[in-house]
Amino acid sequence: MKSSVIIFPGSNCDRDMDVALKKFGFENQMVWHNDVEIPKSDLIVLPGGFSYGDYLRCGSIAGKSRIIKSVINFANSGGLVLGICNGFQILTETGLLPGILQQNKYLNFICKNVFVKIKNKENKYFKNIKKEVLELHIAHNEGNYFCSNDELKSIEDNGQIAVTYCDDKGNDDENNNPNGAIKNIAGIFNKNKNILGMMPHPERMIDPFLSGEDGSLFFENLIGSM
Amino acid sequence: MKVKVIVTLKNGVLDPQGKAIQQTLNGMTFDNVSEVRQGKYFDIEVNESDENKAKSQVEKMCKKLLANLVIEDYKIL
Repeated sequence: MKSSVIIFPGSNCDRDMDVALKKFGFENQMVWHNDVEIPKSDLIVLPGGFSYGDYLRCGSIAGKSRIIKSVINFANSGGLVLGICNGFQILTETGLLPGILQQNKYLNFICKNVFVKIKNKENKYFKNIKKEVLELHIAHNEGNYFCSNDELKSIEDNGQIAVTYCDDKGNDDENNNPNGAIKNIAGIFNKNKNILGMMPHPERMIDPFLSGEDGSLFFENLIGSM
Repeated sequence: MKVKVIVTLKNGVLDPQGKAIQQTLNGMTFDNVSEVRQGKYFDIEVNESDENKAKSQVEKMCKKLLANLVIEDYKIL
């Protein structure tokens, strides 16, 4: 399986993602934001970081970069597109995913392990993961997911909520909401479930000696379901 | 010509920075400040002498880039 990680100026999780993808069997290539075409890929990843210094709004400038048209075309033709953290912010700014990531409710940069509950397994990203709750890592200042009430109803009705913040038992209530995100949303899909944006970083949880292994479950499932 | 734009958060959208500024002002004895909403201001120099044309171009810029209409409104001054 071939994957491409797009590097924007200010991306800083691109190489972690490269390591993770290769560890689980992807043939990964790095693609520069100023390129026009993406090499043949089965998966495109928009990595975490601070693309274009988070100028204007997080992800807004990357959302208009040269490479992004190819990402949009790939996504619209059903290709798998994964956006982690800043990548999620870019996906909302391009309009590929609904809503927006606002500044965290309590104005602090949050860097810690969190638990997330998998809300929908009828998709390639979570299909064969046996666990219901994953321990992943977040590191962001703008992770407070927001959308209009109409949009929220539509993403709920279409099963587009991918993961929600919760405790280790899977209680995804306000007590386990780190950043004020509406309905504890940590990640969402598009309607067709080929695009996933999420704030937590699975690529940071692929080594039991350094962190944890729940990210490994994510990547093992992903390559297995493709 | 120069076109000025203000982008603000829509009513009802949480503005934690505005809230922090309001609380700080209250702490500085400006007790009568009940709300602060923070926004962005843009000075845009457009090489266009026709004011209507320039403003209609800036309007497109607002919709496509300067504001995110999910949470923000824009005003061309």
